[in-house]
Amino acid sequence: MGEHHSTYVPKTGIERWVDARLPIVRLMHDSAVSYPVPRNLNYFWTFGGILMMMLVSQIITGIVLVMHYTPHVDYAFQSVEHIMRDVNYGWLMRYAHANGASMFFVAVYIHIFRGMYYGSYKAPRELLWILGVVIFLLMMATAFMGYVLPWGQMSFWGATVITNLFSAIPVVGESIVTWLWGGYSVDNPTLNRFFSLHYLLPFMIFGVVILHVWALHHVGQNNPSGVEVKNYAKDTVPFTPFATVKDLFAMVCFLMVFAWFVFFHPNFLGHADNYIPADPLKTPAHIVPEWYFLPFYGILRAVPDKLGGVLAMFASIALLAFLPWLDTSKVKSGAYRPAFKIFFWVFVVVCLFLGYAGSQPTDKAVLTLGGRVVLDMVGFGQILTVYYFAHFLVILPLLGLFEKPLALPASIADSVLASTGHGHPVGAHASPEK
Amino acid sequence: MKDVADNTMKAPGASDPNRRDFLLLATGAAGAVAVGGIAWPLISQMNPDASTVAAGAPVEVDLAPIGEGKAITLKWRGKPIFVRHRTAQEIADAKKDDTAALPDRQADAARVRAFDGKAQEQWIVVYGNCTHLGCVPIGFSGEYNGWYCPCHGSHYDNSGRIRKGPAPRNLDIPEFAFLSASKIRIG
Repeated sequence: MGEHHSTYVPKTGIERWVDARLPIVRLMHDSAVSYPVPRNLNYFWTFGGILMMMLVSQIITGIVLVMHYTPHVDYAFQSVEHIMRDVNYGWLMRYAHANGASMFFVAVYIHIFRGMYYGSYKAPRELLWILGVVIFLLMMATAFMGYVLPWGQMSFWGATVITNLFSAIPVVGESIVTWLWGGYSVDNPTLNRFFSLHYLLPFMIFGVVILHVWALHHVGQNNPSGVEVKNYAKDTVPFTPFATVKDLFAMVCFLMVFAWFVFFHPNFLGHADNYIPADPLKTPAHIVPEWYFLPFYGILRAVPDKLGGVLAMFASIALLAFLPWLDTSKVKSGAYRPAFKIFFWVFVVVCLFLGYAGSQPTDKAVLTLGGRVVLDMVGFGQILTVYYFAHFLVILPLLGLFEKPLALPASIADSVLASTGHGHPVGAHASPEK
Repeated sequence: MKDVADNTMKAPGASDPNRRDFLLLATGAAGAVAVGGIAWPLISQMNPDASTVAAGAPVEVDLAPIGEGKAITLKWRGKPIFVRHRTAQEIADAKKDDTAALPDRQADAARVRAFDGKAQEQWIVVYGNCTHLGCVPIGFSGEYNGWYCPCHGSHYDNSGRIRKGPAPRNLDIPEFAFLSASKIRIG
């Protein structure tokens, strides 16, 4: 697809003066106004904009919260309660920030699965995809450290469990954990450094997002047909007003869901245990991470060996970066891959069940036959884990070789107009008289 | 590479290129040392500081108040330590299991300490952090009447040995010694 020509024309003398010295208005115009967008994008393509909005929202509410928060083991919990009770609109800022993190992950998971379904990781978008995986990793690190800051029971034990993952590394593991903690256990030095990094990482995310968008605008957006743009006039529409207005509409819908959580169920996605101050001598009876980490936690718990479990968990994320080469099919869009479509949805269900397995006690029975437990949560998690890896390492490579894809449309314009065959947009055939 | 250097770097009347190569390498090496020298303090500052190390000095624990069949949890270096006063039956159970299938094989005798040449096998002193991911196991529970970790389901026996579950090692034993028959020093 490549870069399109700049269509910016400075109108006033001042604009011409600025444009000759720093063409920043031109950059904005070319990337957010005249930028050509495939005309067939569906609403799944609005989540990039929604994610941008959530990142900005998290940074703003976060900066505000820092004005009232105290990063010290003796005061952190109190200062969070102080925010909730005393600070003007503090409750709103904190609930928006905590639920904002969840909404951020809702959006990013939809964004990732959209990319998987429509093959958005395939050439020439491999780097775009890998930058996305990097953003996802940074998001996980940021969310984890942010969750530690209120210094409740889940904060403390979450930090203990996650930092202890590194003790599985042979030989140097224990030294690394001591270095991460800055002590003999998770304590004040740990809280302080997590606070520092929690403030830093969102700006690093912002930097990688700029690279992500740059890569996107260089290669052009994928689209539901998976066919590249061939004719700008026929296949694309300008970003403004088409994508801008559509993105804004999607953002408002998304904000309604976000607001529903913030105002009506602000603690639904959290854990009651985190309203108990951290106690290094007592682990909560059932510790679970936040919902967005559950599938990976499910994989960690499924492997009976410590190092093996840690490796499997990190591998399950690292595999995503290799997806462009593991999927051997030449066809991008799942819409034209009948077998892939089925396996894709099975994979989605497996991920959801992995999350469920990660959220349950390990000894809970999944399947009982005649009063005997045939399958417990560990065994269930193991089956799901094997499938998760098989999807990437066996199913996707083989599917590309054996699957017979459907005929691709000749162009994006054809895919939009195909259903009528004579130039009417899709939907026009749903005439009221029928 | 050499040709390029010859063509581009040679000023009129300059000396042979070997001198330039040497200067380039020497500057690069000095720069690498400088970067390492700056990086090290930045990395090292994250290790435990002097006050944290000082707060982790050895402590003495009086065992007299701990009745037979009871256990206490104390906090040292921010971590829980279990001190368990075992009954004769429990000691016998632990010894009998020396020959059982132990993932991290260790005799019960190797997990107790002696005073005055006599093994104080009624006292088990272990770190109260599961060797899997550091949760605090619950005492007098699990399938082996030792400890049970609720996080990921590791079972330990009354000697603190891992018997079942994902934990890789027996509960760690802190450095400790008997000062008298009823007093220990940890650390």
